[in-house]
Amino acid sequence: MNEITNTRMNPSIDQFLSIWNWEIPVYLFLGGIVAGMMIISGYFLFKGRTKDVECSCYKIPFVSLIFLTAGMIALFLDLEHKAYVWRVYTTFKIKSPMSWGSWILLLIYPVLFLNILIRIPKFLSNKFPFLEDLSTKINSHPVAVRNIGIASMISGALLGIYTGVLLSSLGARPLWNSSTLWILFLLSGLSTAAAFIHLIAKSRYESHLLAKADNVFLSLELIVLILFLIGLLTSTQVHIDAAKLLLNGSYAPAFWVFVVGLGIIIPLIIQIMAVSNKIPHTPIAPIMVIVGGLILRFVIVYAGQVSHWFNAQLLK
Amino acid sequence: MARYAMVIDTKKCVGCMDCVVACNTENNVPEGFNRDWIVQDARGSFPTVNLEIRSERCNHCDNPPCVYCCPTGASHIHNLGGVVLVEHKLCIGCKACIASCPYDARFVHPEGYVDKCTFCIHRVEEGLDPACVSVCPTYCMTFGDLDDVNSEVNRLLNSRKHHSVLPEAGTKPQIFYLE
Repeated sequence: MNEITNTRMNPSIDQFLSIWNWEIPVYLFLGGIVAGMMIISGYFLFKGRTKDVECSCYKIPFVSLIFLTAGMIALFLDLEHKAYVWRVYTTFKIKSPMSWGSWILLLIYPVLFLNILIRIPKFLSNKFPFLEDLSTKINSHPVAVRNIGIASMISGALLGIYTGVLLSSLGARPLWNSSTLWILFLLSGLSTAAAFIHLIAKSRYESHLLAKADNVFLSLELIVLILFLIGLLTSTQVHIDAAKLLLNGSYAPAFWVFVVGLGIIIPLIIQIMAVSNKIPHTPIAPIMVIVGGLILRFVIVYAGQVSHWFNAQLLK
Repeated sequence: MARYAMVIDTKKCVGCMDCVVACNTENNVPEGFNRDWIVQDARGSFPTVNLEIRSERCNHCDNPPCVYCCPTGASHIHNLGGVVLVEHKLCIGCKACIASCPYDARFVHPEGYVDKCTFCIHRVEEGLDPACVSVCPTYCMTFGDLDDVNSEVNRLLNSRKHHSVLPEAGTKPQIFYLE
């Protein structure tokens, strides 16, 4: 028998770590969906398929800008020493994923603005007519549009990868200590982005195309999720305990029902039937994917904080 | 160069918490928070029970993940003795350092910055021991320089069996517990 008592009761630290609440999962979700949107819209710009997929190329960059800003507001709300936030941009720490992320977020904005410039939303061009001139200049050079597509894909991929690396670099939390977490978050970002475009695109062709893409992303996400769990279950006892939090522990209901069941498998089945023209497209499936993606971030962030190295000490 | 470390004799520690009170007083630690604390680790079943009492705090690790993950450089290694410190005016309160610490040694100070044990660096710079060491009624705590081969900490570590907390986390903690 091993009994450990501790006189420390620091708020948000003991008994279980709870330093990150709703703001961080929301930020990671919004960062992920923006990353997915940028990769998808960048790909279509690069391929010159702007006429086929107008929503992806012209509307999505503006939506991404709003989502990214909302995500950054959530991140800002989480900071405890808000007045000092500018300190992030006075240095670059090569070993700190958060420092990388802060600078990547700064890179995303100009790329999104360039993306928006390809076709200016009407309310903006009415207020700022000079933007139309810029837009005309960019569109007169197809290479420039392609390069914006490439920049969008690269910066989107960096953002999506960063959201996973941010957590996996924190080795003190066994659940996050996996090298597959960034792939999982990147694929989840792509699947939620594809689901969002599927949901709002007016063109049936585009909606159908994105549903097909979403099926691929969801299938890959499911595979990576399984690999993520296998990686933990074949590691040390603390990692096995961390995996058990999701498999049969306190986070299992949310994980199995909302992330795996309603977030991946059921919408995948619905969308496979829809793209095979067995049933009509329904907004239910993409909504389930988006909500599932959000709950995935909540489950990973909350369960990760509960997972702890001290479990190993108890098991000695 | 010095490398400060602390050696705590678990055979002498009685868990009186004088070190905790001294730290709170010396460093104006806000009520309800602790920079150091007492852990009682009981193993076995009666009558074969082993009880280890440890005064714990930030381990001022040689491989500090809290320093590496900090985006602003607020968490840093001090020039004097490799002590891990937080520069309050650089800290944005992102809490990555708290999440990265396997010892949960850090907390958010009510004023917003992250706070932790400093090895009482302000006292050490004046040639004094940290407050917790100086008040210990059983003299179970020894503070000193690992780079000085003649220091008391080296003498104790070379002559007694010892361990650190969670060495498997790979952070190379610099607080050692004599068995």
